[in-house]
Amino acid sequence: MSKEQTVIDIRDLSVTFHRGRKPVKAVNGVSLSVKAGEVVALLGESGSGKSVTMRSLLRLHPKGTDIAGSMTVSGRDVMALSTRELGQLRGATVSMVFQEPRLALDPVYTIGQQIEETIMRHEKVSRQAASDRALALFQKVRIPSPERRLKNYPHEMSGGMLQRSMIAMALACNPKVLLADEPTTALDATVQIQILLLIRELQKEYGLSVIFVTHDIGVAAEVADRIAVMYAGRIVEEGRVGDIIRDPKHPYTKGLLGARVELAHGRDRLVTIPGSPPDLAAMPPGCAFAPRCGQASDICLRDVPLLKPIGETGNIACIQYA
Amino acid sequence: MAAITAEIVPAAPISVPKSPGFWSGVLHRLCRDPVALAALAVLVVIVAVAILAPYIAPYDPTKGSVIRRLKPIGTEGYVLGTDELGRDMLSRLIYGARLSLIMGVVPVPIAFVIGSIIGIIAGYTGGITNTLIMRTVDVFYAFPSVLLAVALSGALGSGLTNALVSLTVVFIPQIARVAESVTTQIRNLDYVDAARASGAPAMTIIRVHVLGNVLGPIFVFATSLISVSMILASGLSFLGLGVRPPDAEWGLMLNTLRTAIYNNPAVAALPGVMIFITSICFNLFSDGLRQAMDVKS
Repeated sequence: MSKEQTVIDIRDLSVTFHRGRKPVKAVNGVSLSVKAGEVVALLGESGSGKSVTMRSLLRLHPKGTDIAGSMTVSGRDVMALSTRELGQLRGATVSMVFQEPRLALDPVYTIGQQIEETIMRHEKVSRQAASDRALALFQKVRIPSPERRLKNYPHEMSGGMLQRSMIAMALACNPKVLLADEPTTALDATVQIQILLLIRELQKEYGLSVIFVTHDIGVAAEVADRIAVMYAGRIVEEGRVGDIIRDPKHPYTKGLLGARVELAHGRDRLVTIPGSPPDLAAMPPGCAFAPRCGQASDICLRDVPLLKPIGETGNIACIQYA
Repeated sequence: MAAITAEIVPAAPISVPKSPGFWSGVLHRLCRDPVALAALAVLVVIVAVAILAPYIAPYDPTKGSVIRRLKPIGTEGYVLGTDELGRDMLSRLIYGARLSLIMGVVPVPIAFVIGSIIGIIAGYTGGITNTLIMRTVDVFYAFPSVLLAVALSGALGSGLTNALVSLTVVFIPQIARVAESVTTQIRNLDYVDAARASGAPAMTIIRVHVLGNVLGPIFVFATSLISVSMILASGLSFLGLGVRPPDAEWGLMLNTLRTAIYNNPAVAALPGVMIFITSICFNLFSDGLRQAMDVKS
């Protein structure tokens, strides 16, 4: 690692859910580190384990979920924290923005009350001070007529406005790390870019480390410094945004880049990746992508390729580059 | 990071005007609902009459006379007629409101509190705890309400207190069921996850997010039980397990007057009319209250 301070360090994380008959291994040996002030996009399709990886950082999984490996957030070992310490970590050091702001805000309280509640949970300040801070936050995320909006209930606001409120709430206690779980997926295209720019702007201003989960490679390119591509619970390729967009190595990343709607322009059909992701409860023995890969050989079906460094900053898990 | 705190404090002093608050909003919305207000007015009158019974009632409700049995409605001196023992119906209805209201209203809030606690704990913890609690609740729930109330009060012995206890026990499983199902839904919603992600301990989540969202639906269900409670109470009284004659209670009166249904149907129906009016007013008022408490309206 370079001299820059590593804020998030995930080593060999595996998460197994025990629901139903078979255990489901949603995350399978993921290692990821995020430096101070860096934005890392976790890219992958539904069920690739990107959200699960992120939620593990706050230990938000239901009881009976097996989490193996180690996770360090700003010097603290997340796995060793007591419930009390975990409560102090959540929201104050690490906070999270959810995909559906409409569902992530409690419908029976005003937005202002919810932000005040969050501030007062972590800092011993008066309600007046908390409500002043909430107003300042609303101005920060550029919500028009913030005084009035703070008194709105979630159903009285639009999706974009709610996501701005969510971001304001996430920043309420000056966190070091922001976890964004597809924060723009539920929004209109025009609102999406505004929210992305807002996140990027606030991230620079506050020096936040961000893990940004998305399935949209365009969004990842817009917001991230680095991209980690996940497939079936593993990271298959990782590198700087420019390198990945310009020169994707892993067949899956190539597939993702080729499957963008923007590129379909002028073509008859959208290029897709054939097949579907493997069942996480019954993973193939070799490379998880091999059954869908045009370049797969016998060894791909037999052995799981390891994530190996490629170039100066990248990593890749593909036999072709080993 | 200290710099950020400084930055977030606004440059110019701003005063956030104090918000009007939740309950004043509820009151405001309730005032614009004529049906709920009318229902409330009727309930207030009934309660006032029950409290002031000794001053209002024209006759002693227990004093009868064989010569003036079953006088029809409108008889001079006996505005609502007399019952099968010649007691003044108006006086009996006025006094009857006391016991009927007690038996109808008291078990419900007690069951509401206990049932909600049981249901919310079961719904929030889930897993084995949920199974244990809810299957136990199901055992009680499996019996028809009337049968369970009669069996419990029979086992406990007659009397007002025992009748109240048995009615409470009858309602707890019903309320617990509703509380559990609503809590289970809410527990899996994003805002509970979001609250956990912002560092809220389990108690705070239950107090703020679960209670805030669960109490409304349970409250509506519970108020609908008030009328059921009044009817069940009258059934218990009829079997000699609740209020005993000659005390006046609407359910008991309804049952004793049933012998007179062919001779003087209008008088015999009066206690039933009172039960009907009271329970429908409770229902209408609770409905209005629920709408007023719903911030989305």
